[in-house]
Amino acid sequence: MLVRLAPAITMALLVGPVMAGLAMMLLPAFGYLPVLGGETLSLAPWRELFAQPGLGRSVWVSFSTGLVTTTVSLSIVVLFLAAASGSRLDRAIRRLVSPLLSIPHAATAFGLAFLIAPSGLISRFISPALTGWERPPDLLIVNDAWGLTLMAGLVLKEIPFLLLMSLAALPQLNPAQRVMMARSLGYRPTIAWFKAVLPALYPLIRLPVYAVIAYASSVVDMAMILGPTLPSTLSVSVLQWFHDPDLTRRFMASAGAVLQLGVTIAALATWWGLETLARRSMQHWIERGNRRGGELPLRIAGRGLILLTTLTAFAAIGGLALFSFAGFWRFPEALPQDFVVVHWLRALPSLQSPLFTTAAIACASTLLALVLVLATLENEYRRQIPPSRALWLLYLPLIVPQVAFLFGLVVAAESLGIRPQLGLVVAGHLLFVLPYLYLSLAEAYRRLDPRWFQLSRTLGVSRLRTFFQVRLPLLLAPILTAVAVGLAISIGQYLPTQLLGGGRVTTITTEAVSLASGGNRRLIGVWALVQAVLPLIGFMLAIGLPRLLWANRSGMRGAP
Amino acid sequence: MNDSLILKQVRIQLENRCLVAVDQIISPGEVFTVMGPSGSGKSTLLAYVAGFLSPTFQAEGEVWLGNRNITHLPAESRGVGLLFQDPLLFPHLSVAGNLGFGLPQRTPNKAECIEQALEQINLSGFGNRDPATLSGGQKSRVALMRLLLSKPCAVLLDEPFSKLDTTLRREMRDLVFSQLREASLPSLLVTHDQEDAQAAGGSLIEL
Repeated sequence: MLVRLAPAITMALLVGPVMAGLAMMLLPAFGYLPVLGGETLSLAPWRELFAQPGLGRSVWVSFSTGLVTTTVSLSIVVLFLAAASGSRLDRAIRRLVSPLLSIPHAATAFGLAFLIAPSGLISRFISPALTGWERPPDLLIVNDAWGLTLMAGLVLKEIPFLLLMSLAALPQLNPAQRVMMARSLGYRPTIAWFKAVLPALYPLIRLPVYAVIAYASSVVDMAMILGPTLPSTLSVSVLQWFHDPDLTRRFMASAGAVLQLGVTIAALATWWGLETLARRSMQHWIERGNRRGGELPLRIAGRGLILLTTLTAFAAIGGLALFSFAGFWRFPEALPQDFVVVHWLRALPSLQSPLFTTAAIACASTLLALVLVLATLENEYRRQIPPSRALWLLYLPLIVPQVAFLFGLVVAAESLGIRPQLGLVVAGHLLFVLPYLYLSLAEAYRRLDPRWFQLSRTLGVSRLRTFFQVRLPLLLAPILTAVAVGLAISIGQYLPTQLLGGGRVTTITTEAVSLASGGNRRLIGVWALVQAVLPLIGFMLAIGLPRLLWANRSGMRGAP
Repeated sequence: MNDSLILKQVRIQLENRCLVAVDQIISPGEVFTVMGPSGSGKSTLLAYVAGFLSPTFQAEGEVWLGNRNITHLPAESRGVGLLFQDPLLFPHLSVAGNLGFGLPQRTPNKAECIEQALEQINLSGFGNRDPATLSGGQKSRVALMRLLLSKPCAVLLDEPFSKLDTTLRREMRDLVFSQLREASLPSLLVTHDQEDAQAAGGSLIEL
């Protein structure tokens, strides 16, 4: 029963809230929200919105962040894949993808800020020897007006995402064979990859790329930490207007949220245009038949850039750890004079409750998502229906900006008598956990040899028992990985927790982000490090548990 | 005494092109052979009899086991066992776990039953082994025994010897056919190997 209905339930859970949220955003944007006395449609909210100082700059920063982040991340990923040749370095980077992906945005942002701020680690390492600085220079690096630091932070997070998506899509293209074929025609390896693999790969990762554009153009938590202030990015401005004590500002905030949707759509449309241009010139380049030109620079760039970003990401996390244990630390000194645990001891009592809430929300939403995804995939298998038809719907919550529908969702829920609370937060997290869990599990589920299940049933075992006794054990490793991804996604959520919990549900992430304005680096170090390590526990279990359970089953090692 | 496996006017079509047409009574202990090159629809016939036919195919006719019409039963209730090209021992279970997997749930003394079965295929004491550590021939024997322990009423053989090397193939062929005859099970063999068909010794059609 559940299996038969699963796809419908899954789709309804993903599409329903997004649509309801958008609707409850559009109405107030045009002045209609009876609860706050808006009885008639009007353009007043928009007039108020456009009168806001710095709105143009906000819009521009959001738009350009979306496009620049995506261009840079995608280029680095593609260059790496083209230059990778299976060396030890390449394999190490591939293995690091999942843990890097699991680090929440906020933790990465704090880590990056600690690294590159005027009084950050890099400046300390080169001062005063190279710079002559005896005091932190008066430079606006973090929170720069054009959002460059924000873009850098996003690039660190989006590279692992795009890399993982590409690595998942590549096997079906048989890249080794394509490259070999091209090389036998005289193309150098990297050029061969660009000309024979990339044109086939891009269509397969197009949706993830769009998700990156949408995310980067509307991100909130990272923008609060790294993004410009006065004016901030559009998404952060919208958030501030919504939280304005003057409730009539809600109308303008709704208009702002609709504008955010428009900015994201504009960024997507621009990308689509650029994509067409790039495809044409690529076609041209392929047809010219150039076989070696540019091989070396491409290869160096491919290795170098990914190495740089990976090292930066790790250095950022290292920086968090350093600050969380730092005692007295004068400016140009590279390391603190002593290491202390007092920051941890002081934070420990206040960590407990958010830690518990974080774990509870993550476990609940991931468990729900897992049941739904397994039922959906099982239904697909049983009815032998081809996937892909409704796949783009999975991306709906990932492509529609969070700010554009989450406020509306709160309003919609309240009109049904549901106040912001823990349950609503879990439901909200489900919107984002479900797609990621599905994306990370679907391929392994479909690839598993159907003969296992036919065999089981010809031995007289029912479909249900076959599912539990054959399907689940054979898929244990990919299921655990997908669960770890789900937990990581939930742990990292800021805006859904903040809004759907009405500000009263505090998790590690909401607490960490709220520390941003305080500027106590030691404290931030503690919280951000906890936030970064939490998802790693899930991944360690996902890797360790199957090894332990199947210690005596060599057929299960390196299985699907 | 077992019942016969009866294929009544079975016709399987793909987009209005007839792949297989069979009308045959397979008596207990007999091995009926369907020969044909790959892609001729042999395996489709097996999928139909076992209950796994993909909805892209259209099938007519009926399958009976004695006086029981099994055409519309789910695969697990048909009592039709399948032996594949590969032994397909479940990698997450031990050898004994694999043998026990197919035992009907109400079997008394399951452990004893499994131990006897292991003895019968010269693998006494292998119960706790990881199936991945068995040799190819041992795996095939466990797969055969697992099938027989599930007490099927009929058996389908999907080119079960094609992946074995020549000497092992002869050995397994003798073992499988003698065991099927001993259990007096009606069997349907699909193959493209002439020697398989000869060793089976029953009636034969070519696609």
